[in-house]
Amino acid sequence: MRTGWNVAEVIGVTQETTTARTLRLRLPGLTGHRAGQHVDIRLTAPDGYTAVRSYSVASARPGEEIDLTVEELTDGEVSPYLVHQVAAGDQLEVRGPVGGWFVWDPADPSPVQLIAGGSGVVPLMAMLRAHAVADPASAGGSAPFRLLYSVRGPAAVYYRAELDELARSPLVDVTLVYTREAPAGSPSPARRLDAATLTARALPAADNPAVFICGATAFVETVADWLVQAGHSPERIKTERYGGMGAKP
Amino acid sequence: MGIVSPGFFGRRRSDDPALPPGQYRTEDFPVLSAGPTPRISPDEWEFTITTETGQVHRWSWTEFLALKQDDVSTDIHCVTSWSKLGTSWRGVSLDTLFESVESECEFTMAHSYGGYTTNVPLDDLLGGKAWIAHQFDGETLEPAHGGPARLLVPHLYFWKSAKWVRGLELLRQDEPGFWESNGYHMYGDPWREERYW
Repeated sequence: MRTGWNVAEVIGVTQETTTARTLRLRLPGLTGHRAGQHVDIRLTAPDGYTAVRSYSVASARPGEEIDLTVEELTDGEVSPYLVHQVAAGDQLEVRGPVGGWFVWDPADPSPVQLIAGGSGVVPLMAMLRAHAVADPASAGGSAPFRLLYSVRGPAAVYYRAELDELARSPLVDVTLVYTREAPAGSPSPARRLDAATLTARALPAADNPAVFICGATAFVETVADWLVQAGHSPERIKTERYGGMGAKP
Repeated sequence: MGIVSPGFFGRRRSDDPALPPGQYRTEDFPVLSAGPTPRISPDEWEFTITTETGQVHRWSWTEFLALKQDDVSTDIHCVTSWSKLGTSWRGVSLDTLFESVESECEFTMAHSYGGYTTNVPLDDLLGGKAWIAHQFDGETLEPAHGGPARLLVPHLYFWKSAKWVRGLELLRQDEPGFWESNGYHMYGDPWREERYW
């Protein structure tokens, strides 16, 4: 665990959507991290004023580089700067990666159900990526993974091409639920995720999957309640809420 | 001073002297918890204090509400950097609950419905510093915020204020609770920024 402040260099930026950008950072001395962890970023204004916010790590690589995907919040203090102003070559202060609970353990053979609301997909993507690079003969590497990703519309989807690629694995299933706008030609109209869709597409309680849910508070609360009602053990459900990780980052 | 980000100005919400270092002010009440929200009806709720001799002091919901009630106005500080100033709570002071409890212990572990735990030194629970709260802003405490009742220890980071609390266990030695075993600080003083260990 790295709990002090370190200087990271921005080594690349990629636009994910019109409101989200992935920053690739190099943290000298970092030797990988656990999938699902987050970092704190501290920005300092020229007069010394500082602001700190937490962002989940999206990548799952062994070395000094991590990717963060940052969604711009309309009333945000830090996120607009990270989405619009930071450029490759800039330096940022970073604490972490930290967190020992909302993490996937590659030694755990359990099937895994990931459920994302919007930008909540970021730490779950780290788990999918860690799963994809794990030894296919290992406990975690041979575990089935499902992602249920609730998102406003096609233009708001992060990592689209990579998700399609990951879903080619017989172990991986990716379901997108469009809540406001369905893709052109989609057989079903846009609608909110409901308990019936969740039950139909998620791993059943009988499989005793490890469940990770990340999204806005209302989304996480609702989905977790549905899963418990469907027979999933509360001890198997781990949650992370963006409403809490920074109501107004 | 750290690395300066040219063009970053910020909102200056942290100029408030009521804000501990590294915190920003929010008007919302964000929810943070590690798993699903337990639903506990007042009928099945009880609160216990268990001493080192195994003696158990027990209150039903009705008995708990019959105790002296305090109205508390306080600031709360979450380790994820938000602070909410001037929040209003109603509940029972731990001083009241400990009146009849005899113990030599200096440490406690709070236990919650759903299995959550967090450690708090006994001194931090006594002397008008902590409550078992069942109302927020004049309303019944919602399950998502810890209802029927939660521990309220506002001078420490808010993960110490265990939601869905069901009891306190007196301990001779300090032990880590749930978040303390997952990278967070044993004590959690926001004014000293005791976030992680």
